[in-house]
Amino acid sequence: MKTQTSGASLIDIQGVSKTYDNGTTALQAVTAGIAQGSFVSLLGPSGCGKSTLLRIIAGLITPSSGVLDWPATGGVRPDDIGFVFQDATLMPWASVFDNVYLPLKLRGKMRKDVEPQIMDALTRVGLAQFSESFPRELSGGMKMRVSIARALVTRPPVLLMDEPFAALDEFTREKLDDDLLALWQAENWTVIFVTHSVYESVYLSERVLVMGARPGRILHDMVIDEPFPRGRAFRAKPSYHAQCAEISDMLRHDVEA
Amino acid sequence: MENSRALRIFVPLAVGVGFLLLWEFLVRVNGVPEFVLPAPSRIGASLVTNFGSLMGSLWITLRITLMAFVLAVIGGVGLAILFSQSRIVEAAFFPYAVILQVTPVVSIAPLILIWVGFDRTELALLIIAWIVAFFPILSNTTLGLRSADHNLRDLFRLYGASRWQVLSELQLPSALPYMLAGMKISGGLALIGAVVAEFVAGSGTTTGLAWRIIEAGNRLDIPKMFAALLLLSTLGIILFFALSWAEHRMLRRWHESALKRES
Repeated sequence: MKTQTSGASLIDIQGVSKTYDNGTTALQAVTAGIAQGSFVSLLGPSGCGKSTLLRIIAGLITPSSGVLDWPATGGVRPDDIGFVFQDATLMPWASVFDNVYLPLKLRGKMRKDVEPQIMDALTRVGLAQFSESFPRELSGGMKMRVSIARALVTRPPVLLMDEPFAALDEFTREKLDDDLLALWQAENWTVIFVTHSVYESVYLSERVLVMGARPGRILHDMVIDEPFPRGRAFRAKPSYHAQCAEISDMLRHDVEA
Repeated sequence: MENSRALRIFVPLAVGVGFLLLWEFLVRVNGVPEFVLPAPSRIGASLVTNFGSLMGSLWITLRITLMAFVLAVIGGVGLAILFSQSRIVEAAFFPYAVILQVTPVVSIAPLILIWVGFDRTELALLIIAWIVAFFPILSNTTLGLRSADHNLRDLFRLYGASRWQVLSELQLPSALPYMLAGMKISGGLALIGAVVAEFVAGSGTTTGLAWRIIEAGNRLDIPKMFAALLLLSTLGIILFFALSWAEHRMLRRWHESALKRES
């Protein structure tokens, strides 16, 4: 049973800013540390730069200023980072199996050598029997699971998720939230989860970094001190609702200010 | 399913048969002279009589069309890949590809004939048909290679994919539907190019179907002209359906255009 992790710092974000070529300041002097093995949400309204911050962490965007340090891995970003986009972002021409095989294929692994690994990843997201299906034959939730299987097939130490369940219906989303937490507890990942849902962030995270817009910055660093595993009972708890209300107020104040 | 099949095959077929019957009937009742409009039965008879020479010509036209088409696919896709690898190359050469395309091929044909030499007319025809056919493949493939999902591109970057891997695993599969659409257009254009080129080259040098049409026209053998025309249309239709079939086979499992919907 996993409880609060307070491991060594995996990522140190120091004064990171990002100004785009068109002059928009997406992020202004963001400083935060992400502990190894923790589940952290980046929460905020549209335009608060949460996705930009995630992409900077992934190395897909270079910050205009500031430093991103990885003290746990000798200062360099690990080769292996799992990334899950808002859309499932699958290759429509490839089977579920081949979609999950992609990260390994790009590293020159032979298909037959890694087949057990791929089937294991699919089993963990509950899609083993759909390995030969094509993405269009799957529901939105199933596509998202394939996307998660692809992110975890290399067993990355870090999983970055950019509003992964935002486009799904509420039932599917709650189911995937629980599945994600179960995987996180089993795999010892560090998860950084971008969302605009206050409820989702409180439900999932050990820590919520509440972000404000124009310019994008961290308003508050909030610890959700509740035990795992969390389930339906947690969603009914008064403390859950109190924390959601507190964060909502924080965001409202920022918008009104 | 059954209904849609009937609709797509039998209805056009019935219209065709009805049209032929009406044609036959009107020609006979009004006694239209053969050199103005021959009856379908007369065209059929001419096709049987001239079967040998017409089939020989069909083979020549078909050969030029197919060769031009295959070279257009190789050239168009190859150039598009080159363009996708370097914006500078694309900026430098794309306008010239457009110029080649928009200049009416009939006006370049005499020049090509002179350069290639009248003793090698078939090569000249091939070049002309190729010029007409290659552009749709080039422009469609260029567009297709650029249309890969940007999130997937990011994902490939994240996993440290090489340029070659991005091309072969992401860009080319993304471009496939575009490429096939371009090929469907090019197949027809290659045939048009082959026929037009032969018209320009003039009679006697090659003996494809276009030359048979000119020859029959000069002799006022209108039934034979129609027979040659019929073969040309049939060739075009077969080409179109063959390419449509290939497209469907390649895309049916994943692309929106090839999927059957319930509603």
